[in-house]
Amino acid sequence: MIRSQRWKGAAFTVPFQLGFVFLYLLPIGYAVYQSLFLEKSSGLGLGGATTEFVGLDNYGKGLTDSAFMTSILRVVLFACVQIPFMLLISLLLALLLDAVTAKAAGRFRILLLVPYMIPGVVAALVWINLYSPAVGPLTPLGELFGFDWNFFSPSMVWPAIGNLLTWHGIGYNMVIIYAALQGVPRELFEAARLDGASELRIALSIKIPFVRGALVLTALLSIIQMLQIFNEPALFRNVTPETVSDSFTPIMIIYNQAFNAANYHYAAALSVLLALILGLASFLFYRLTSREAD
Amino acid sequence: MALTENVKENGAETAAVPPRGRTVRRLTNPDAASRSKGGQRFVLLGLILASAYSLFPVYWLMIAATKDRVGLYQSNGLWFSGWHLWDNLQQVFTYEDGIFLRWTANSFLYAGVGSLGGTLIALATGYGLARFDFPGRGAVFACVVGSFLIPIALLTLPLYLLFSAIGMVDTPWAMLIPCLINPFSVYLAKVYTEATIPFELLEAARLDGAGELRIFFSIVLRMMTTGGATVFLLAFVNTWNAFFLPLTVLRGEENWTLNLGLYNWSGKRLESGIDVTSLVLTGALLSIVPMAIMMVAMRRYWRTGVTLGALK
Repeated sequence: MIRSQRWKGAAFTVPFQLGFVFLYLLPIGYAVYQSLFLEKSSGLGLGGATTEFVGLDNYGKGLTDSAFMTSILRVVLFACVQIPFMLLISLLLALLLDAVTAKAAGRFRILLLVPYMIPGVVAALVWINLYSPAVGPLTPLGELFGFDWNFFSPSMVWPAIGNLLTWHGIGYNMVIIYAALQGVPRELFEAARLDGASELRIALSIKIPFVRGALVLTALLSIIQMLQIFNEPALFRNVTPETVSDSFTPIMIIYNQAFNAANYHYAAALSVLLALILGLASFLFYRLTSREAD
Repeated sequence: MALTENVKENGAETAAVPPRGRTVRRLTNPDAASRSKGGQRFVLLGLILASAYSLFPVYWLMIAATKDRVGLYQSNGLWFSGWHLWDNLQQVFTYEDGIFLRWTANSFLYAGVGSLGGTLIALATGYGLARFDFPGRGAVFACVVGSFLIPIALLTLPLYLLFSAIGMVDTPWAMLIPCLINPFSVYLAKVYTEATIPFELLEAARLDGAGELRIFFSIVLRMMTTGGATVFLLAFVNTWNAFFLPLTVLRGEENWTLNLGLYNWSGKRLESGIDVTSLVLTGALLSIVPMAIMMVAMRRYWRTGVTLGALK
């Protein structure tokens, strides 16, 4: 390629590069910079606040902040239950879709994707009303079967949010797994059948190993989203503030520190910490799953 | 695992046989035909149950939007009780001087204009990354992929401070400008360029004396209609669904998005003691409509987009 042409090619990416600098690199740098300071009010609290350089103090405080650490643990534990559950259902549905005629598969796929078309905030609003003892149909339904459930109680709120996320996520994950399944050479199945393998055995030994990559990918995307969960608990908090505290998830704590406690420096340190944890979790998960492949 | 190995060997052997045509397989799935009747029934039952689970909340929402307050609280949630849809719609559109319409317009403005600009920038960048070899290309692409891992709070909070320093908080710009730069769109645009724009074509255009800008605008963009539509659609949905960014940078309710407005309404129940449940539910149903129309109208695009984007 001629040299001038290369630079013309580079010019196509200039708007993005400029935007990236101003909307990604600059804010991140600014957050890191801000996280090294602390606003201190003067002795009597009358002379106004001064901003002092405190080094990594905010990070030390964040790592020993029990509310922050509890929120991370809470979300991680929840992720360990909800994500495998959701992916298992998505995988099962993808396998079922693969077992019907292509025409039927197309129709069911549209129906199963309906939740994905609904904005997350609206999905949460709808489910909150379904759970509501006053207007929702689930409470009378439970009574019919002898359950006395209260979805907004501390023990039920995570299953309630988990169901909402599963409902919202299975369609999307199913489509990705199903697409990977379509890439499996059909000859493999016929050969396996000739060898006398049952359909279940084919699913377990051929189809699932083949879509492993898609499963790892969907799990990784789900983990990244889950550690940043904010919308659903924020909406639940509107209805049941006594169960869903304002320090329920890491991002909720960061938002509160920044906007309600006006402790921006600390919020910046916490968001950098969360980014590091997110990167570490993704890296560990990736390493763990790619080692198993060998 | 022994079976897999065995099967793989057999698979390699049978691969020598001419492969079954894809279109043939789509019409009649031979796997399905070879199943037992009972197995098929079980499979269909599973899919029907899953579809019912997926559709049930939407069904309930539609029913709920037709009820008045008494019906909402006292009648069976699974069936109609009176027909008050028009009253509810009127209530939504007139509540607080029709603020709901304002929010709808805002959502369209942010998602429409922001995604359009973002898509153009992404297509140019994707084209540059896919079809030119310039120094720093690897670094740009690394930024694109690396940014998938950045938590939204790490970007949004400092953006809020930067925007407030230049007086942009609580203006439409605070929503529109971040939408212009979307690394995921760039990633998709690069993948689509690689799939649709042959090097030979570009060379031929250059030999004919076309300038690089002209090639981009009159050849590349035209050939990328499908890819561009997918990028636009996904960006639109993303912005329409956004919550954390608008919550942070938009303060006054005249600039809010639909999501933010509905969130606010759902919180009112507690604070002021007035019951706005039917307002929230009818508003929620309305806010799905544009999304549903768009999804159905452009389903050809987003289907490829969802899968292509995911199978990096």
